[in-house]
Amino acid sequence: MNIPLNPKLFDTDVEQAPIRAGFGEGLLVAARADERVVGLCCDLTESTKMDAFAKEFPKRFFEMGIMEQSMASVASGMAAMGKVPFISSYAMFSPGRNWEQIRTTICYNDRPVKIVGSHAGISVGPDGGTHQAVEDIAITRVIPNMVVIAPCDTIEAKKATIAMAKTTTPTYLRLAREKTPIVTTEDTPFEIGKAQIFYRPQGTVRVGIIACGALVHNALLAARELENDGIGAMVMNIATIKPLDRDAIVALAKECGAIVTVEEHQVAGGLGSAVAEVLATTHPTRMAFVGVHDKFGQSGKPEELLKHYGMDKEGIKYAVKMLLG
Amino acid sequence: MTHLHDEKIKFLEEKAVAIRATIIEGLVEAKSGHTAGPLGMADIFTAFYFHILKHNPEDPMWEERDRVILSNGHICPVLYATMAHSGYFPVEEMKTLRKFGSRLQGHPHREYLPMLETSSGPLGQGLSQAVGMALVDRLNDGLSSDRYIYCFLGDGELNEGQVWEAIMLAGKERLHNLIAIVDRNNIQIDGFTEDVMPLEPLVQKWEAFGWHVLEIDGHNMEAINDAVNEGKAIFEKPTVIIAHTIPGKGVEAFQRDYKWHGNPPNKDQGANALAELRTLGGQIVSEHE
Repeated sequence: MNIPLNPKLFDTDVEQAPIRAGFGEGLLVAARADERVVGLCCDLTESTKMDAFAKEFPKRFFEMGIMEQSMASVASGMAAMGKVPFISSYAMFSPGRNWEQIRTTICYNDRPVKIVGSHAGISVGPDGGTHQAVEDIAITRVIPNMVVIAPCDTIEAKKATIAMAKTTTPTYLRLAREKTPIVTTEDTPFEIGKAQIFYRPQGTVRVGIIACGALVHNALLAARELENDGIGAMVMNIATIKPLDRDAIVALAKECGAIVTVEEHQVAGGLGSAVAEVLATTHPTRMAFVGVHDKFGQSGKPEELLKHYGMDKEGIKYAVKMLLG
Repeated sequence: MTHLHDEKIKFLEEKAVAIRATIIEGLVEAKSGHTAGPLGMADIFTAFYFHILKHNPEDPMWEERDRVILSNGHICPVLYATMAHSGYFPVEEMKTLRKFGSRLQGHPHREYLPMLETSSGPLGQGLSQAVGMALVDRLNDGLSSDRYIYCFLGDGELNEGQVWEAIMLAGKERLHNLIAIVDRNNIQIDGFTEDVMPLEPLVQKWEAFGWHVLEIDGHNMEAINDAVNEGKAIFEKPTVIIAHTIPGKGVEAFQRDYKWHGNPPNKDQGANALAELRTLGGQIVSEHE
């Protein structure tokens, strides 16, 4: 089955929008449909795109000031009273600073709090390394009961937001600040826990590229150029990092024989590690990991940083070629 | 809640003794756990579960119940023992405290005992949850105006920055339906609170954050009850009751010694403590002795 994607996907003038914008739109849809939905934010309401919700539902919006630790636990208390709280801040501070509050008061209690971490990844750019969360997937996916979602574009972020508002599980939604290419369409299916093949080359397949977040677009660009170089690469978009779509990953590994993971995150503990955990125990497969290799970020333009850390299109192609030898 | 008459006070005081005995039996059996805090808070928990709280042990999830958040989860033996004596589960179950497969985890865990309002242990996180509950209740436009959110905290726990975040937020939101109770027993693991990290002037600190502050003798049933009533009468602010308690209260050997914060009595110490409690400190002499 071919998944419908943006027809302008490979064009230089492909439409762009910030992934976080999709969260803002999705939250409005979810809140209109379900009055249990409430929103909390730590002094970053416009920045995390919770502002439209706050304006339409002022009584259901709670300005927390700059207290991410309390925000997590306040939301747990609200969930205990039947609400579905969305808490938003920058990923570095939530789930970064308030990790233990999330573990104990949200996940250990198994409360349906939705943690929305914006400005994740190094593409936050000029703000520098303090604000570039490249550990958030690792620290959330390791907590029992937690669901972890990293959408690839604004449309998928909107769908993910609407979907997670309906579940009873603690959930982390990873968002990015910058405008990035729109990969999917309104008609692209989305289901929590389901991976999708976004690119299938003509002819022989030699590698599967598994990507999440905005780097899915770079993976697609890389796959098309690799195809022109005679290397067939499939691209899988894996929005839900936990629970992982194990069957789809194993099937991809069996078909391709080699796997490259791509994420704007430390290679330790992130998507690549999660995929490796599955394959090591089911279908051991040669792998390469595109991501940040045990370094902090720094100031710069997003494209400069992606190039520097090897996460741009060329970096992905290089990783594939090195793996295939 | 209503005022206390003499008979009820006597009933509560006797109940508190029985609860202290259950705490000691549980700790001796567990061979680990905290002694001083649970004994010190036994009077307050008794007053709450046998007089103040709106709750129903036969229907623990009753929607209209008051909510009790135990923030300093390490004193859970007093919560478990009081709940057991109230009828939530058999008193005998206290002997499973901290053991494999027990509902009575070393620190409270909702997954094992779903009738708990929250899990706790890591300090400083309870008041924030209580604030969230109080905010939601107010959101319901007074439909639950008769319901109160109570949060129990330790004094050493006030070292945690998150507590002050929650104090600030509750003050901002003027949460009249929230009552916090601080166990001011002056000890924490490493020593006396004023040596480890001074808290005083504690009353002024809470007041500065917009709270109505009461100080009471935490072993006086009337004082406990009156303070809660006053807290309920204050409409513009959240209330904190700073309850001065004697750590280890009820057993001479455990009282006021911070070394009993995090240790359980051994078998002999437990037997002596039970004898002291059951004779009300030697006032009652059994004819069998």
